[in-house]
Amino acid sequence: MSDVNLTINGIPVRVPTGSTLLQAAESISIRIPTLCYDKQLTVSGACRMCVVEVAGPAGSTRLEPACSYPVQEGMVVRTNTRELRDARRTIIELILANHPRACQTCIRNQRCDLQSACREYSIDKIRYEGEKRHHAIDTSSVAITRHPDYCILCGKCVKVCKEVQGVYALDFVRRGFSTTVLPPFDRDLAETVCVLCGQCLLKCPVAAIRDKSYLNKVEAALEDPNKIVTVQVAPSVRVTIGELFGLPPGVSLTRKLPTALRRIGFDYVFDTDFGADMAVMEEGHELIGRLQAGGPFPLITSCSPGWVKFMEHFYPEFIPNMSSAKSPQQIVGALTKTFFAERNRIDHKKLFNVSIMPCSAKKFEIQRPEHRLDDGTREVDAVLTTREFGDLLKLHEVDVPTLPDSEFDPILGDSTGAGLMFGVTGGMMEASLRTVASVLDPTSHPRLEYSALRGTGGIKRGSVLVGDRELKLAAAHGLANARKVLDSIKAGEEIHFLEVMACPGGCIGGGGQPLPTDEDSRRRRIEAMYAEDRGLPIRQSHKNPAIMTVYKEFLGEPNGEKAHHLLHTKYSARSPRGF
Amino acid sequence: MLGPNILGTGKDLHVEIVQGAGAFVCGEETAMISSIEGKRGMARNKPPYPAAHGFHGHPTCVNNVETFANVPLILANGVDWFRGVGTPSNAGTKIFSLSGKVRNTGLVEVPMGITLNELLHDIGGGAPAGSVIKAAQTGGPSGGCIPADRMSTPVDYETLRKLGGMMGSGGLVVTDSGTCMVNFAKFFLGFTQHESCGKCIPCREGTKRMLEILERITDGKGKREDMDELRHLAAVISRTSACGLGQAAPQPVVSTLRYFEHEYISHIVDTRCMAGVCRSLLTYHILPNCRSCGLCARKCPVPCISGSKGEIYVIDNDRCIKCGECNRVCPFGAVART
Ligand code: SF4
Ligand code: SF4
Ligand code: SF4
Ligand code: SF4
Ligand code: SF4
Repeated sequence: MSDVNLTINGIPVRVPTGSTLLQAAESISIRIPTLCYDKQLTVSGACRMCVVEVAGPAGSTRLEPACSYPVQEGMVVRTNTRELRDARRTIIELILANHPRACQTCIRNQRCDLQSACREYSIDKIRYEGEKRHHAIDTSSVAITRHPDYCILCGKCVKVCKEVQGVYALDFVRRGFSTTVLPPFDRDLAETVCVLCGQCLLKCPVAAIRDKSYLNKVEAALEDPNKIVTVQVAPSVRVTIGELFGLPPGVSLTRKLPTALRRIGFDYVFDTDFGADMAVMEEGHELIGRLQAGGPFPLITSCSPGWVKFMEHFYPEFIPNMSSAKSPQQIVGALTKTFFAERNRIDHKKLFNVSIMPCSAKKFEIQRPEHRLDDGTREVDAVLTTREFGDLLKLHEVDVPTLPDSEFDPILGDSTGAGLMFGVTGGMMEASLRTVASVLDPTSHPRLEYSALRGTGGIKRGSVLVGDRELKLAAAHGLANARKVLDSIKAGEEIHFLEVMACPGGCIGGGGQPLPTDEDSRRRRIEAMYAEDRGLPIRQSHKNPAIMTVYKEFLGEPNGEKAHHLLHTKYSARSPRGF
Repeated sequence: MLGPNILGTGKDLHVEIVQGAGAFVCGEETAMISSIEGKRGMARNKPPYPAAHGFHGHPTCVNNVETFANVPLILANGVDWFRGVGTPSNAGTKIFSLSGKVRNTGLVEVPMGITLNELLHDIGGGAPAGSVIKAAQTGGPSGGCIPADRMSTPVDYETLRKLGGMMGSGGLVVTDSGTCMVNFAKFFLGFTQHESCGKCIPCREGTKRMLEILERITDGKGKREDMDELRHLAAVISRTSACGLGQAAPQPVVSTLRYFEHEYISHIVDTRCMAGVCRSLLTYHILPNCRSCGLCARKCPVPCISGSKGEIYVIDNDRCIKCGECNRVCPFGAVART
């Protein structure tokens, strides 16, 4: 590709053809402000914050949005004239005129793009007062609340839901000043195809999309003397919680977490990684069973509740392909209220199981009717996202990064590197293969890393020889990518084992993770997960002694009757089937 | 030229007419393309221009019906024939939709370069009896207003633009002495605000604040600084908005501020609407030539007129809603509006 020469603020710059003015400016350390731009999404140029001055003929100038305007040879651009500063300030003032301006009581206080823009442009008064757009808050969803009055209509939620997730649960409606972002036909979000992935929340620059918080419920349980409160922590949380305490993305705090959780008052600290090891056993044996029975293929993973709901809405024809194994969260929850309760002679009705998840859809998963014990008790009682966990830690004055290390509680807190791998795209499949290959061919040297399944490509394809059989593999993350793979399978592509994670990057990029969750933080979190796996003494689930104990003492065989009863689930088609 | 295998060339040309859903912004080429594709009518960034990347990503030629309608005639009669009317830089004819305060309204086709005076007086027949033409808004709801004293200049793209108007859709709305130019600008800004696709902050939010300022002014609550604020917002909106709608939307306000600033000032400083249009600035009172017939009191919808035989009727101005009914019905012209 050829290069283009242009001048920005008097500085000559050379960039590849097709670059935008924003990229050209970035290449010479000029940071043009944006509110609606996002690298991961198509460009809409809606906020107009990034307008820059482009010289035209005869001394004329015009303003163009840097986010979308392509560089042209010989262009003369200025990014910081008096007019531009003034225009940007006016744009911010116009947003404020139509905004609640309730920073002190706002969940996004100090992590809000609008607030930062106000600071950067020294907004010191409210210039325009007038009518404000108003639309009722939507609290129908179990994971996400929508606050349209805070919305600045940047369109990022609409785009991520469409372009990255392929769900189409949100769009612009109405025109002019009445323009609003809403679910179709102004339905409650809970009545739509929304899969509760939370990606829209991650993209929202302001507090228009929020967690539905269960902190109060957890606090009440912790204070209730009649409750025994257990907690499990998802794999990816250990490499992201530090970000809420000022650490850069990708610092693992695994051994600090048990200390922190005990300080808050949790009675037992378990590890979702254990549940992931168990899921490997169950799902791995399903794969082995299907290999012996000749199908149905592909076997599709089922740990990601956003993906499961997506499949039920849009691709219910794949229900027979889904692994029936429950997710690690539900496995730990179910085993806590059965195996653990029996072993410690605890009335399971006294147990209150909390899980700390990178995922907003986990809040949906725990209340699925399939995830109850025979007597109707829920397997997991409350989910906190990583962000809410951070809030809880701060309320309890726990400074996680400086805590001493300690261990998770035994058995349901014992895990391997394979369990950890569930937190990254491709990792669930890698973990399963580590076990399946060894079970099918015990003499083979265990292969632990599958480079085809690593990296951030949206759909990763590979193949592996298991015994004498070539298994075709694919891992997709981001549900729009899942659509592509499923459509390709419907068109005849042969895949034996398919991993789908709803969120880009897998759970490390989950809708419950700290802000910002972007390309850079996802990459660093993934690296930290791989590094931690490499450093662990056991990296195969079937070699986890705790797993063997639970099978021996309680469950019997993998995929056996009891295991099936407790650790497997069912799916059903959901309407609407989408658009 | 229509249908399969045109003139044996093996090329096909099919015409399918798509009916829009009525959004004004879908007159903007990229918004129209989105709409035809079945998406929400929202403008897209340019470049890429439709000529390179338009309908479903294909190169697309977007033109007004009027332009397309000229093509077969030019093909049939030749370029020289087409250039035979109009001016060298603005060849051919143009269709205007003449409306407002002229005697003859409707669609008229005139040669390019005709003056507005010719258009409004010779063809439009001038203002209705008893009034004089004040200004003409050209080019549709976001066009600027050109005052009567500039109407001897020729109608072509460049001149109109220089005067603050535009060719646009060929709309031509004529105002006369009974039109309040502030109210006129408010009306059209209200329209474009309502029709903004809602994407750009300056267009969506800025036009709303301009509208609110204009509402304040026509309500008699304007401040002197409001005129500067209107100019400022107008500049930001037209410089930073993505599409023609936003870029042009402030033009009715900008042009009336330019040519009719005195009307703004009289609303703000004297709280008077000289055209007698802005209701909040009007007061009705009954003059001594009242014959106490009581008709106004009976017709007043509030009612807030009182009186009895032999005395002059009185309007309670605190309750009056300025509907003007009394003024209209009084057979003796005794109800004055100021
Ligand atoms: S969204 Fe941001 S600017 Fe708005 S109230 Fe919350 S913190 Fe303040
Ligand atoms: S939670 Fe996910 S599916 Fe639901 S609206 Fe947001 S992005 Fe779309
Ligand atoms: S809800 Fe948030 S992300 Fe969506 S348009 Fe509004 S401000 Fe943007
Ligand atoms: S200028 Fe107005 S109508 Fe045009 S794209 Fe922006 S918001 Fe939409
Ligand atoms: S203007 Fe209307 S409301 Fe006022 S006094 Fe006359 S009739 Fe009554």
